[in-house]
Amino acid sequence: MKLLYFAWLRGKLGKSGEELTPPAYVTTVAELLDWLATVSPAHKAALADRRAVRVAVNQDYAGPEHPVRPGDEIALFPPVTGG
Amino acid sequence: MIRVQREDFDVGAELAKLAAGRTDIGGLASFIGLVRETTDAGDLTAMTLEHYPGMTEKRLGEIEAEAMRRWPLAGALIIHRYGRLLPGERIVLVATASLHRQAALESCQFLIDWLKTKAPFWKLEETAAGSQWVAARDADDHATARWRKP
Repeated sequence: MKLLYFAWLRGKLGKSGEELTPPAYVTTVAELLDWLATVSPAHKAALADRRAVRVAVNQDYAGPEHPVRPGDEIALFPPVTGG
Repeated sequence: MIRVQREDFDVGAELAKLAAGRTDIGGLASFIGLVRETTDAGDLTAMTLEHYPGMTEKRLGEIEAEAMRRWPLAGALIIHRYGRLLPGERIVLVATASLHRQAALESCQFLIDWLKTKAPFWKLEETAAGSQWVAARDADDHATARWRKP
């Protein structure tokens, strides 16, 4: 699974992305975030305030119940501030 | 049409291109967003815009398609820059063309309101105090909510 990080999430994690293989029980966005927070102290810190994190699955915004599958491109970022 | 680019754009040339060869455009509306110096954290020295290559273009295309569905538009253009910009520099151009002014003006405002809350861009502000990511504003969410269909 390809993980991408933007804005302060990239800063807190110290990387713009990584390839990870979550355990088989991870099938939704919420489960992925729960698992991701256990990967390292940096991941835990970055995901401490879950309300501040938005998720896109394969470049579409996705809520907590949205399914995730091996091979998906999952992006984590704060609420957008363009324009 | 959608463009996400690092370089600046020529507003006059872009608007002329949008209307070129057309005789069915009675109104051309445009909005230009600029980097302003004043921020909550003090005077801005620079602003860096980050985006999500691929998804940003996709979302902007969807937002433009939604405007074309809602208003009878002869054309629309969104140009959004990324990278490090200085105060006074242009960030975004939104332009819409229609037979009559109302559709052009309304859809132009719709596009900029939606873009601010739906297109994946993030602003990093640099001030004398350091660098800080801009937090999303409730006021922008309210501006977007105004366009929600009942």
